[in-house]
Amino acid sequence: MLAKRIIPCLDVDRGRVVKGKKFQAIRDVADPVELAKRYNDEGADELVFYDITASNEDRDIFVDIVEKVATEINIPFTVGGGLRSVRDINCVLRAGADKVSINSAAIQNPPLLKDAASKFGSQCVVLSIDAKQTSPSKWSVFMNGGRIDTEIDAIEWAKRGAELGAGEIVVNAIDVDGVKNGYHLDLTKAIAEAVNIPIVASGGAGEIQHFATILQEGKADAALAASVFHYDEIKIPDLKNYLAKNGITMRRERSWK
Amino acid sequence: MIAIIDYGAGNIKSLQSALSKLNMDSCLTTNEHVITNSKAIILPGVGAFKDAMDALNEFSLTEVLQKEASLGKPILGICLGMQLLYDKSFEDGEWEGLAILNGTVKRIDSTVKVPHMGWNTLAHQSPNNLLTNINEQEFVYFVHSYYVDECNEQELVCSCDYGVQIPAIVQKNNIFGMQFHPEKSGKNGLQLLKNFGEMVL
Repeated sequence: MLAKRIIPCLDVDRGRVVKGKKFQAIRDVADPVELAKRYNDEGADELVFYDITASNEDRDIFVDIVEKVATEINIPFTVGGGLRSVRDINCVLRAGADKVSINSAAIQNPPLLKDAASKFGSQCVVLSIDAKQTSPSKWSVFMNGGRIDTEIDAIEWAKRGAELGAGEIVVNAIDVDGVKNGYHLDLTKAIAEAVNIPIVASGGAGEIQHFATILQEGKADAALAASVFHYDEIKIPDLKNYLAKNGITMRRERSWK
Repeated sequence: MIAIIDYGAGNIKSLQSALSKLNMDSCLTTNEHVITNSKAIILPGVGAFKDAMDALNEFSLTEVLQKEASLGKPILGICLGMQLLYDKSFEDGEWEGLAILNGTVKRIDSTVKVPHMGWNTLAHQSPNNLLTNINEQEFVYFVHSYYVDECNEQELVCSCDYGVQIPAIVQKNNIFGMQFHPEKSGKNGLQLLKNFGEMVL
């Protein structure tokens, strides 16, 4: 049976993993390659790296990290942040990334999803959606790190993204991101029911039960989290044991023979 | 030396580093001479079937691979690389494959989420040295939207249940296929690559 996935997310700034709360107050956490190895060994199912740096010079540092990670771990990983063209995407895929996560660039230039999917396959094109509730009946898509309200309906955008060729959607509820009160159930579930591609829930994980809720009631295929893993508040093996005991299919590895 | 066919886009760095962790010599190549002198060939692949066949044709590798296969050279196709070994695919049209194995490739029916993405289990279908130290129902990483339909049952080593029975590992004499990504499948994946190496090198 297909297992639900647990995905630690690493925000990388100038060669270091950092953690922001509600996209602000960035704090330095660790070396990305070391942290990636640790999560790989602890049984993470995938990793996500977001490049949150601004300058081109720092971009080279990031690509270098992608290359190092690819040689150190043998689980899949996604790379996102600032990918604006097929060329940018090719660069990180050639560096060893398995999937790319596209956010603002897809809003500004939706054909990018289509071009990327036809060149590299839908399986490596992840549409990342930052959404926030702006009225009782509407989830609005935000861009540029949560700063600009595009007023696009998040559920409609998810459907469009899937049609254009995205093979997976990350649903990041920015009002609950970093707050640790749980994933956003309604939004995640609404998107999971609207499209027929895998959904990754992001933002809000604080306790072990939050993962169970979003993977069961929220219908997410995977749950992404950052600080609870970075600060060792939740250990991946404990989390997977708990979820498995609660009837959620989890991949667990036998010891290396 | 294992020749990894480098015919275009996609992540092959991970495959290379997995092989080097296992001390299996490999090189990325499209050179006929290197390929014919290799001990085994790995045909990787992500992306679209037609683009991959076009690229193989462009590098004049289609006949090289068919000839090597008929001469008994071990060939492992991974993911799209496995699909390319078959007669044809119905991915956005109808395209001829390498026809080294008999069968056709078609889209996973959308009664389940497509792509089939994530860790799923291997059901052993026939005993095989490839499965040394691989238990029943071990997890490996899949990411694909198409699968080999009408695969010859005698060639089926492992299947994976995802709405339909998906051939996950196949073998016919010197020809091997893995629909999942062993280089991305943690320790199980490394074990499978190691077993392949021990069988063919």
